[in-house]
Amino acid sequence: MTMTVLQSVLTIAVVALGTMLTRFLPFLLFPESKEPPRFIEYLGKVLPYAMTGLLVVYSLKDVSPMTGDHGVPELIAMAAIVALHAWKRNMLLSIAGGTVLYMVLVQMVFV
Amino acid sequence: MGADGTETKTGTGGTVGRAFRAAFPLTLPIAAGFLFLGCSYGLLMHAKGFAFLYPVCMAYFIFAGSMEFVTVNLLLSAFNPVAAFMLSLMVNARHLFYGLSMLGKYKNMGWKKPYLIFAMCDESFAINSSARIPDGVDHGWFMLFVNLLNRWYWIAGTALGWLVGGLLPVSTKGIEFVLTALFLVIFLDQWMGEKRHLPAMVGVLASLGCLVVLGPDRFMIPSMVLMLVLFVILRPYLDDPRPVADDGGARGEKNDVDDADDVVKNVEDTEANA
Repeated sequence: MTMTVLQSVLTIAVVALGTMLTRFLPFLLFPESKEPPRFIEYLGKVLPYAMTGLLVVYSLKDVSPMTGDHGVPELIAMAAIVALHAWKRNMLLSIAGGTVLYMVLVQMVFV
Repeated sequence: MGADGTETKTGTGGTVGRAFRAAFPLTLPIAAGFLFLGCSYGLLMHAKGFAFLYPVCMAYFIFAGSMEFVTVNLLLSAFNPVAAFMLSLMVNARHLFYGLSMLGKYKNMGWKKPYLIFAMCDESFAINSSARIPDGVDHGWFMLFVNLLNRWYWIAGTALGWLVGGLLPVSTKGIEFVLTALFLVIFLDQWMGEKRHLPAMVGVLASLGCLVVLGPDRFMIPSMVLMLVLFVILRPYLDDPRPVADDGGARGEKNDVDDADDVVKNVEDTEANA
């Protein structure tokens, strides 16, 4: 550690402050007492779907299709999840099935 | 929500219990993911020579997984609070979009609202924004439990990782995939429950495009800007015109008289009741 305790506490504090600002800002800008602009209401309806899509991509961002196992374990596990979910539409089953399959693949097949 | 509005006043115990029973199963995958990821974060902090209180306090006060990992590096380099502040804004900019998405759902949440905002991580947002909360379950308590449980899984994982992280006998390699699986399943659920797929496709294609062009470290903000631009362009196709009836107001306050695009869900609910 190169910082003093005070410096590291301050660093953690500003990071916490910045993070909270991103969480609270929309609610401070558009309080319940005021009707949000129509455009914001529109965004509120389309963004949840888009943000889930972004989170899927975000959680896969460090998979490199050109090197290593070329993201094949991820691809197989995700295909299995799609199939499982289309079949049973049970969230826990799809998540557990896909994760266990992925763990088997990276621990035993694509070692 | 009209029905359980009255129940909140009569039997708090029943309302709280029902909300917990509805929320808990949905948080189980996150328990697995957070215990593992939290553990690896606690272990990393231990290995870098930080005392126990550091990772636990960071988990408690920052509570944003990716930013906590970034902060490890910040703490190990020269003191620069302004840069740290700016970085936290950029890494967490996606929260702005979560907030905009939840303006309606967090309406009239009273004392629960500040906590619902404070503890809104990716996973809690994904569940709360998409879950079809069963009839008779209080929305506020449901979302509160989702946030509370997820938050403490993370904090507990962090503490556990610092204390015993290196001692696990079984291989957990690959368990981090549980979070990808969670997001993918929520995505599929939203896809199957909605006739219109353009918003979901905008999200995937904008972020995938930016990831391919800009690489994993700097694609998030451009993706969000691109999404915003696309939604402005596509607004004539995606926004309901609703020429007469009242615009807002209906949203959030009386969920059963929902907007046009939620009709599909309402039909499903009615079928379930019948």
